[in-house]
Parts: sequence; structure tokens; C-alpha cells
Amino acid sequence: MNAHDGHILSYGKLLAVLGVLFVLTVITILVSTVDLGAANIWAALLIASVKATFVLLFFMHLKYERSKAFAITFVVTVFCVALLIGFLFWDVSYRV
Amino acid sequence: MNTKTKDNTGAKFGMWLFLYSEIMLFTGLFILYAAYFREYLPDFVNAGKELDLRYGAVNTLILLTSSFTVAAAITAIRKKQAQGSLIFLCISIACGIIFLINKYFEWGHKFSHDIFPNSATLNAGPRGENIFFGLYYVITGLHGVHIIAGLSLLITAAWFVKKGKIVASDFVFLENSGLYWHLVDLIWIFIFPLFYLVI
Amino acid sequence: MTTETYKPFHQTPMPPKYDGVLGWLITYDHKRIGMMYLTTLMVWLSAGILLGLLIRVELMARGQTIMDAQTYNAFFTMHGVVMIFLFIIPGIPAVFGNFFLPIQIGADDVFFPRINLLSYYLYLIGGILGVLALFSKGPPDTGWTFYVPFSVTTRSDVSITVFAAFILGMSSILTGLNFITTIHRMRVKGMKWFQMPLFAWSLYATSWVQVLATPIVGITLILVIVERLFGVGLFNPAKGGDPLLYQHLFWMYSHPAVYIMILPAMGVVSEIIPVFSRKSIFGYKAIVLSSMCIAIFGSLVWAHHMYVSGMSDLSVMIFSLLTFIVAVPSAVKVFSWVSTLYKGSITFSPPFYLSLCFIYLFTVGGLTGLVLGSAGTDVHVHDTYFVVAHFHFVMFGGAGFGFFAAMHYWWPKMFGRMYNFKRAYIAITLLLVGFMLHYMPMFVLGLKGMPRRYYDYLPEFESGNLLAGIGAVIMVSGLFLMFANLLKGAIKGEKAADDPWGGTTLEWSVPSPPPVHNFMAEPSVKSYPYDFSDVWKRMNLKTSTPPKSQ
Repeated sequence: MNAHDGHILSYGKLLAVLGVLFVLTVITILVSTVDLGAANIWAALLIASVKATFVLLFFMHLKYERSKAFAITFVVTVFCVALLIGFLFWDVSYRV
Repeated sequence: MNTKTKDNTGAKFGMWLFLYSEIMLFTGLFILYAAYFREYLPDFVNAGKELDLRYGAVNTLILLTSSFTVAAAITAIRKKQAQGSLIFLCISIACGIIFLINKYFEWGHKFSHDIFPNSATLNAGPRGENIFFGLYYVITGLHGVHIIAGLSLLITAAWFVKKGKIVASDFVFLENSGLYWHLVDLIWIFIFPLFYLVI
Repeated sequence: MTTETYKPFHQTPMPPKYDGVLGWLITYDHKRIGMMYLTTLMVWLSAGILLGLLIRVELMARGQTIMDAQTYNAFFTMHGVVMIFLFIIPGIPAVFGNFFLPIQIGADDVFFPRINLLSYYLYLIGGILGVLALFSKGPPDTGWTFYVPFSVTTRSDVSITVFAAFILGMSSILTGLNFITTIHRMRVKGMKWFQMPLFAWSLYATSWVQVLATPIVGITLILVIVERLFGVGLFNPAKGGDPLLYQHLFWMYSHPAVYIMILPAMGVVSEIIPVFSRKSIFGYKAIVLSSMCIAIFGSLVWAHHMYVSGMSDLSVMIFSLLTFIVAVPSAVKVFSWVSTLYKGSITFSPPFYLSLCFIYLFTVGGLTGLVLGSAGTDVHVHDTYFVVAHFHFVMFGGAGFGFFAAMHYWWPKMFGRMYNFKRAYIAITLLLVGFMLHYMPMFVLGLKGMPRRYYDYLPEFESGNLLAGIGAVIMVSGLFLMFANLLKGAIKGEKAADDPWGGTTLEWSVPSPPPVHNFMAEPSVKSYPYDFSDVWKRMNLKTSTPPKSQ
């Protein structure tokens, strides 16, 4: 496995992804102007995660990697982040 | 035993592992943000209003574009269009520099309003606002350091493309530099809403 | 495969253009890098031992004995920093992982040899920076945990030491990254994941913790420097900060760090026990699984260092529960080692002796860890000598003895020479006896209420401290006799065979010391790494049937 894999992303496809990212940026700005209370931060994080997914899958080529190790280890890392923040909240949310 | 055929997938995998360590580095700061967001939401909202959404939005679009051009630079080199690759890389580098210039003006604007760590205004104001700006400076500062690191990689890659050291049959340095740059973009994708859209 | 004439790696520089000292300073050879780590590490270890000894001499009697209180605070801080960041954390991975991981998986080097060299230089620079603080006007006096607010307000040289730790962290991350890539991409053809030796597996689990956990303390230490320089207030209640968040961030790394310390040591013991029982390891897959579980669950228990800090009762209970869970995979390993010994054909040797010590000392340390992990009992022993005894049992009795076991096991392979066994046995016994005499009293002192990190203490604690001090002297004598014996063996010892012990993993199939590219012929991969049937055949042993491999 030492040659680069054959898949080349066309300029068109890359530009389309950029377009999606621009649209999502506009959406997230618009959503933030609406008062959703507690849901605002989650909406913002959700949209950010969608943008990040596009960057990961296409710009960073994660969708086209032959070895599954890339996607698996990335998910493990994200999981790690979520667990650390989540477990912190056992303390932060329940202080008296 | 020593037939050294290059393992480009392995080299890429190593770079991904490094990116994971970078993600964890910023996670420490996001952990602080999460805890303080919960504690100081009203102060965060008020402080957030002090930040200029235009700077944030423009910088977001600039970085997204620079990610596109980095990916396009890889497509170009693989299609044996070295000149095109070089142009795309230069656009990315220019984007990065513009980002830093924007940051400079944004920070400068805040400094002139006496909003910086340990300033009189922040010390006298609500504690949640002090924390918001403390996090703002530390996170965007660390991010800026990573922009500089990313730019160094992109400039080196551009040089290698110009010198013909990066070609269609061996472009792993460009690919890995691109991955690092995308990470810098990814981190900003999260910084933007957390600081500029808390309104 | 060319039939080259054999030349040991220390006569063959790689890259070839450098020779002499430069051939060591600028080398890509993982074996030379491992040796450089070993040399540097022994210097830091000696400094750490000396600091510890001086502390114990001071504490042998009440009041001032040989140093004042400020010096005492600096000494216990630096003892912790040196031992943890310069000895135990890098220890086994940097020395033995570097030297043996590629050989064990049939590779000729790690995946990124130049990054490997960079890791070493980061280690060297970080170490020099950290130790330099000892000679400044104000070495840090905060304890190695650098808790805020004291670490932010104290005038001592916290920033330099903390920055040194940051650099050492980068070294650790790069090593972990290198090992993960090496294991994923460079296993020789025919060696699948579950045919790798257990030492390699332990390094894999450790490396993931290194890559993912270390950056968290990295940013935390940077924040301490930022707070000292700019007074942001992120941990300062007067400015809106929460000092508990510092503790959370610090322990989010520093707890997984203890698993970085112990997992490779457990890997070493998993290599040694089968060889000297001449029997395959019991429960290979269970040991693999338990290593990964320890890495994963060990990263979720950090707040058990914070039961009395003021965090919520709910988190106290949850982290206590998780701490009990993480004890289970460790127990699985102890069970597997003991089951391996059962009905094995035992050969006594220095590495085996040290491994048995490990099993006992680690078990004591682990069980006392349960006393600490249970929040109710912890309230009474938190920050007492009970804690000090516990972590010395696991870090020194466990990881430390694991490191010494690795030295004795792999020394003939690294140097091509054998050390004196009798002297080794004497040294190890002195070390063990001294260790017990030194640390056992501390459990009692802790239960009686003697606080840790205190310069002075109440009269009722005097006899315990005196006893501990005597134990320290015996223990340190054992240590230095052990090192002297190994050194003598490396220089003047009898030439060692390729396989002096009867091992089955690939490093025993290459010459002692190995040639620069590790293998003289294509390595032949066993379908099971702990298959001793060849060893039995070779030794022509007159037993009716060799024990069945598991």
C-alpha cells in the first residue's frame, strides 16, 4: 500500500463542498438571531459539526481512504472529547 | 528486509495521529469553555455582543476558502498541473495571512477599549465577562499560533512544488500539510459560533 | 535477503555517513536511540533517587535535620517531577519500546526514524530545563501537581519547570504516534494483530493514551504560565475562575499517565513469566483485552484524586464506581500471570525474581488503591502518607520494578554480554527488603494521620519515619549495587548467546547485539507468539510431555 490511491476529487466537487460550507455558515448566523433559549448552543454546535463533517469527508479525504483505521480512530478521538466534557459535568452541573 | 518502498498511507496515518493530539490540546480549552458557559451564560451573552460578528464571519469564510484551495492544490498536482497547484497554495497562504491581519485589527480594537487580560475594565466588570474574554484571547491566540505553524507548512509545500520535489507520483508532504491546514480550519469552525454567535 | 557478515549495531552507524560520537548524536537507528534514552534516563533517575534519599534523611528526625522548609518543598517537588516525567513515563517505552518493538514485530526500524530522534532531543532538552530549575534561586515548591492558586502566585521558578514538562509531553506524544504507526503498518508479513507479542500490545495501548491524554496536561501547563504572565483569571475565583477546573484538567492527563507508566511494565512481565515458566502465557487474548480496557477505563476515573476538593457528591460517587471497575482488568492480568506459573517448568533468574516482586508489590499497591478509590475511606486518608505509600508501591514497586526487570531480561540482547547473577540476586533482595521497610510504615503513618508533603510532624510519627529512613538507605544501596552490576556486565561480562533464556519472541532469533537492520534472515513468524515447543525440543529436556500450550 505505498502508491497513492487512485481517487482524485474534481474541482467541481470541491467547489460544491465549499458552497455547502458557505450556506451552512449563513444558516448558523441566521439561526443564532432567533431566540431558542437553551437550544441555541446545541443548534450552533450541530451546524458546526455538519460543516466539520464536510471538511473531514471531502477536503480531508476521509470518505475515500481505503483503510478503515482512519475513520475508526477519528471517531474514537471525538468520543474521547465528548466523554471528557460529559464526565466533567457530573461535577459542574451538580454542585450545591 | 530493506526494500524501502514508501508507505504513503502510513505517513498520512501518522499525520492524522498528530491531528488527534492537536484536537485534544484544544479540547482542554473547550472543556473550560463548556464549564464556564454553564456558569455564566448571561455574562457570556453580553460579552459576546462586544465581539464584531463581521470579523468572525469574514474570517470563517476566508478559512473555508483556504481549505478549498488546499484541497484543489492536491487535485492539481495529481493532474500534473504543478503551476495550478502552486497558485492554489499561494491563495491559501494569502488567506491565512489575511486571517492573521484581521485578528491583529480585531485584537487591537479590543485592546484600545481596555479589554484584555487583567485590564482595569475586565477586572472591574462582571466576572463572567472576564472569563469570556480570557477564554477568547487564549483560544484565538492558540489558534493563531497554529495558523502560523500551518502557514509554515504550506509555504514549504509551495516551495517544494516549485522545485519539483512534490509531483503527481509523490505528494505526501503536500497532503499532510493540507491535513494540518484543514485541522486549523476545523477548530475555527467551532470557535466561531462559540464566541461570535452567543447572542 | 543478502547474506551479509554480522556486525553489531553499535559498530554500524545509520545513516552511514556519520561516525564516532556524531554517529550516535545524529542516528536514525531505533536501537541507538534507545541506548541514548537509557544513558540519559539513568542520570535523571540517579538525581531523582538522590533527591528522595535526602528528603527521607531530613524526615528521619523531627525539626530541621539537613535542610530548611523551603528547600524541603523544592526537593519533594523536583523528586516528583524528575521521577514521573523523566523516569517512569518515558522509561520502558523510550528505552525498551524503541529498542525492541520493531524487532518483536519483524521490522527494521520504527515508522518515523527521524521523528524518533526528535523525540529523544525533546526529552533531553526538557530534562535539562527541568533539572536546571534545581539550581536556580527558586526551584518550584508547589509539588509536582502544580495546583492553583499557589502555582500561579508563588515566586519560585514554576514557569521553567512547567514549560520543561510541556516539552517532555511533546516527546511523549511523538513517541506514541510513532509506535502506533509502526504497529499498524510495519508488522512483518504473516504477523496478524493477535500474533503480536504482549509487550507490543502493551505499547500499543500505552501509545494511544500518550497521544490523546498528554495534550490535555500540555494546555493546562501552558495556562499556568499564561496565568503567571498575564493574570487572566481562568482559575482565580476573584476574577470568575474555578480552581477545581485546574484540578480536573490536570488529572484528566495525570491519571491516564499512571497507566502509561504501568501498562508497558505489565507488558514486560507478560513476556518474562512465560519464558521462565517455559509455558505459554495463560489467557493471551484476555491480557490484550485487559490492556485496552485499562487504557480506556483508566481515562475515565481522573476525579478520584478530587473526592475532598469540593466537587459534587454525584461525581464523587460516579468516579468511585468507575475506579472500582478499572481494578478488574488489572486483576485479570495478575490472575493470568499466576496461572501461567502454575504447572510451569520454573527457572529462577534475575528478571524472573523482579517479575515476581512486581506481581506482589503491584498487588499490594492495587489493593490499597481500592481503599483510596472508595470515597468513604478516602476521606480519612486523602493527602496522608497512606497515599504516598500506595503510589510508591504501584509506581516504584510496579512500574519501577518492571523497568528493572526489563533491564535484566533484555540486557544480554542489547549488550551481547551477561551480568553476574549472584550480585543481581543480592541487589534485588536488598532493594526488596529496603523497599518494604521503607514504605510499609508509611501505610501505618497515613492511617494514624500523618499528612504528606509536610516538613515536620508530631512526635507520635517519629519511629515510623526513622524506620522508613533506615529502609531508604538499604533500598538505595540495593539500587546502586544493581546498576553497578549491570554496568559491569555490559562492559566486561561474559559473551551472551543469541537466546540465553529460551524465548520465543523474535528478538531472541537475532544475534546479541542485533545488527543494524535487526535481522540476518527473514524472520519466521510463529502462529502463536508463546509457543515453547521449539524451546523444549532445543533444550532436549527429559520430561515425558511438555505442558500443553494454551
